[in-house]
Amino acid sequence: MGRDVLLIEDEPNIIEAIRFILARDGWHVQTHSDGKNAFEAVRDKQPDVVILDVMLPGRSGFEILRDIRGDDAISGMPVLMLTAKGQSKDREIAENLGVSRFMTKPFSNTDVLAAVRDLVAQ
Amino acid sequence: MIAFNLLVGVCLAYVALLFIVAFVAERRAIRGRLGWLRSPLVYTLSLSVYCTAWTFYGAVGYAARSGLEFLPIYLGPTLVLVGWWWALRKLVRIGKTQRITSIADLISSRYGKSNALGVLVTLLAVVGTTPYIALQLQSVTLSFSVFASGSNSGWSLPDLNATALWVAAGLTIFTVLFGTRNLDANERHHGVVTAIAVEAIVKLVALLAVGVFVVWGVGGGPSAVAETMRNSAIADTPINGGRWIGVTFLAGAAIFTLPRMFQVMVVENADERHLATASWAFPLYLFLMSLFVVPIAVVGLATQPVGANPDLFVLTIPLSMGQEAVATLAFLGGFSSATSMVIVAAIALSTMVSNHIVMPLWLSFQHEGATVSGDVRKVVLGARRLSIAGVLVLGYLYFRLTGGSAALASIGLISFTGVAQALPALIGGIFWRGATRKGAIGGLIIGFVVWMYTLFLPSFGPDGVMSAALLSEGPWGIGWLRPQALFTVRIDDPLLHALFWSMSLNTIVFLFVSTMTFPSPLERLQGAQFVNVFEHTNAGHGWQEGSAEAEDLLIMSQRILGSDEAQTLFQNAAETQGKGGFLPDTTPAFLARLERELAGSVGAATAHAMVGQIVGRASISVEDLMKVADETAQMMEYSNQLEAKSAELQRTARQLREANEKLTELSVQKDAFLSQISHELRTPMTSIRAFSEILMDEGSVSKDERQRYSRIIHEEGIRLTRLLDDLLDLSVLENGQVSLNEQPGSLRDLLDRAVAATSVPGDGRALRIRRNELAEAVPLFTDTDRLSQVFINIIANAQKYCDAKDPVLRVEVRNIGKRVAVDFIDNGQGIPKKSQAIIFEKFARLSDRNAAGGAGLGLAICREIMTKLGGAIAYLPGQGGAAFRVTLPLNKSATR
Repeated sequence: MGRDVLLIEDEPNIIEAIRFILARDGWHVQTHSDGKNAFEAVRDKQPDVVILDVMLPGRSGFEILRDIRGDDAISGMPVLMLTAKGQSKDREIAENLGVSRFMTKPFSNTDVLAAVRDLVAQ
Repeated sequence: MIAFNLLVGVCLAYVALLFIVAFVAERRAIRGRLGWLRSPLVYTLSLSVYCTAWTFYGAVGYAARSGLEFLPIYLGPTLVLVGWWWALRKLVRIGKTQRITSIADLISSRYGKSNALGVLVTLLAVVGTTPYIALQLQSVTLSFSVFASGSNSGWSLPDLNATALWVAAGLTIFTVLFGTRNLDANERHHGVVTAIAVEAIVKLVALLAVGVFVVWGVGGGPSAVAETMRNSAIADTPINGGRWIGVTFLAGAAIFTLPRMFQVMVVENADERHLATASWAFPLYLFLMSLFVVPIAVVGLATQPVGANPDLFVLTIPLSMGQEAVATLAFLGGFSSATSMVIVAAIALSTMVSNHIVMPLWLSFQHEGATVSGDVRKVVLGARRLSIAGVLVLGYLYFRLTGGSAALASIGLISFTGVAQALPALIGGIFWRGATRKGAIGGLIIGFVVWMYTLFLPSFGPDGVMSAALLSEGPWGIGWLRPQALFTVRIDDPLLHALFWSMSLNTIVFLFVSTMTFPSPLERLQGAQFVNVFEHTNAGHGWQEGSAEAEDLLIMSQRILGSDEAQTLFQNAAETQGKGGFLPDTTPAFLARLERELAGSVGAATAHAMVGQIVGRASISVEDLMKVADETAQMMEYSNQLEAKSAELQRTARQLREANEKLTELSVQKDAFLSQISHELRTPMTSIRAFSEILMDEGSVSKDERQRYSRIIHEEGIRLTRLLDDLLDLSVLENGQVSLNEQPGSLRDLLDRAVAATSVPGDGRALRIRRNELAEAVPLFTDTDRLSQVFINIIANAQKYCDAKDPVLRVEVRNIGKRVAVDFIDNGQGIPKKSQAIIFEKFARLSDRNAAGGAGLGLAICREIMTKLGGAIAYLPGQGGAAFRVTLPLNKSATR
């Protein structure tokens, strides 16, 4: 069972926080801070879990999620979506697209960690 | 030669004969033994009042002067009687059903019983007929003078004026006696009509006798006369097409509009079917009257001395041949023509004058009680008699004024043109429901005025009524107002000129005003009754058949109540009466019920009138009509109010819809804004929460990490604070709650302050700012704090976003019109064209948000501030780098 996480997020402070939390638990965290090429990064790196922001420069997290679910090679990959857009509408969209877990910012560190562990264990 | 006394004696004997005829006819009529008095022959002969002395004497004169041009005077009536007899029949039918007493009454009644129109047509008729009466007096006196001058029997030349006076007086007496003996409801004068018929025969026989005498006794037989005709100047007289058409039209119009023709044709008509006979018999009469006109004219020209008046050939030829019997007969024929015209015209005019002028005046001076007493009858008779005398006095005065100079025929045509002005209102009134009172009044007035101005007044000759200068130069020298060349149109014949302008302006005004105005309810009701007279009435046959009545009632009810409801109503009623089908007997109970049902839709008065009209039991009184008019007016008023309310509702609905759309749009904007704010707030809060949770877990965090994370928390806290400040600032600005603190200042000071506020000490990547302090010496009176906030924002943006290696910001100040413009231009890449449009929107941050360090509200705030200051901020494209222009109005920037 691998411990590779790909974090797609554009806020440097949030990247740093999540990296710290996961690294402390023994995860290997790679980051991608742009909406563009994010899907390609997922396909190339084949992480065990993807943490995905919604509002990204270039391309939205929803589009990236749709691409992942549409690609046979990686369609089953666990995706944890984190967003600062706290509306229920966004959760609906994400669930319709087949998100594995949906969480709103600000989040509890332990919740994120638990979710990542949970997703990889399944 | 005939002695004057003998001639007078013959005259008196003839008049006595007429008295007897009239008296006998009147007696028979009173006893109800009308018999032959009501024959179509008498009716046709009475129409011969058309042939006056003008026709009797004047036609020959006309032929001698202008050849065949006298023919249209016979042609017009012939065409009307043959081709338009159905229009005359309509006129007669209307006259009977509406109990019309004169042409003025007809027009007044058609246009909503307008008294103004009655007065107008009466005036027109009086002014148009007076010269004609004068013409008759003139012809009688002239014929007397012929006998006097041609005689050497020693009787002195009688005073012409005295003769005219005696004739006028005699005619007044006759007309008063037989024209106002009683007040018949339908204004018929059997005695007068019979006497007129006798006179018609006398004048026809006289003219034929003269003709026969002239052809066989003087001219030497038909072939010789034909030879004379070929050699005569008459044969060479060219035919003037315009005049033929004009005179034919005038003569045709005269049948409709001449008061005396209306009197004998419509008012005195006893049976509509007589018109059918008259439609061929009267043209025949006219044909016989015109048969010998040309022979008499040519023989007269050939045998009478040069300079002899051709108007009198009918008398002078027999006289010069010593045929006194023929001459006397001719004299009686002319006398008949003149008297019959004067008598009928006087009756017709007196009816109009008394009904439309004297009676309304008298009534307005009376207390109300007078109208119900027997006084009115006497007053009406008195008014008639006075009017008859008045009309004849007018005729006599006109005769004295003009001195009998003008040729007979020209007076006749002037008169025809005058009364023809009533034609548009008359014909329009009986065929066109859209004709309105205002249209009729407008047309009549303009036609009347143009006729007076272009024909009647000039007919008195230069310096008669109009000065010679006015005739040749126009009033006040205005050429296009010359009476005989209006609008500079050259129609050489004054008659055609006047006819053309008066009739066309009359018709145009009548049509135009009618189209532009809305008839009153009474007018519309009358209009419908006149135009649809054949549908409304069924002369001679009442609604005898019960089923026919019921069927008509059903048809009417369906129109008002709708088919289903009306049919149900009728079916139920029939069932109640024990009948099948849809047609119940029209019992009083059923009619009352129907009336109530209809009243619900159209009002009680209208319902009563409508049912009454079909059932024919209740006649519709003026009161009924007025009630109908009132109801209609109320309904229209109510409907107008409803319309206004409906329009108001529509307006309100539209306003609501617009407000709703605006609210929906605002709501969408608000949702988007809240979503943005949520995002902007949650992002720093996420960092703060995550790092504070990390810091709380003391064991696993190194000292460096602790310091670093603390700083991040601190920075994000500041970022949150700034965001909230900006949001509040924008909210205040957008809600207009901001109060400006305006004070004097200088643009240079403000820029200094902004540059100082944005300088970052010790930052290597410093933005250099290039300014022209001379140009910046602009005094301002504005909210200096707010304006420097804008400048600071722009400079800070340049510091953040200018991506040049050596970033430079130029600040340029210039005057553009009445505004001062401050341009901030950096040397970076600038803002992409597609983004330029949105940079002033809220949260429109274009690049990576951390580099910016703001929430994307800065430019939105700048825009709000500049709007409040009466200026503007805009992106200035095409400057190389990013460029912003801030403009302020100079009147605001100058010291107040």
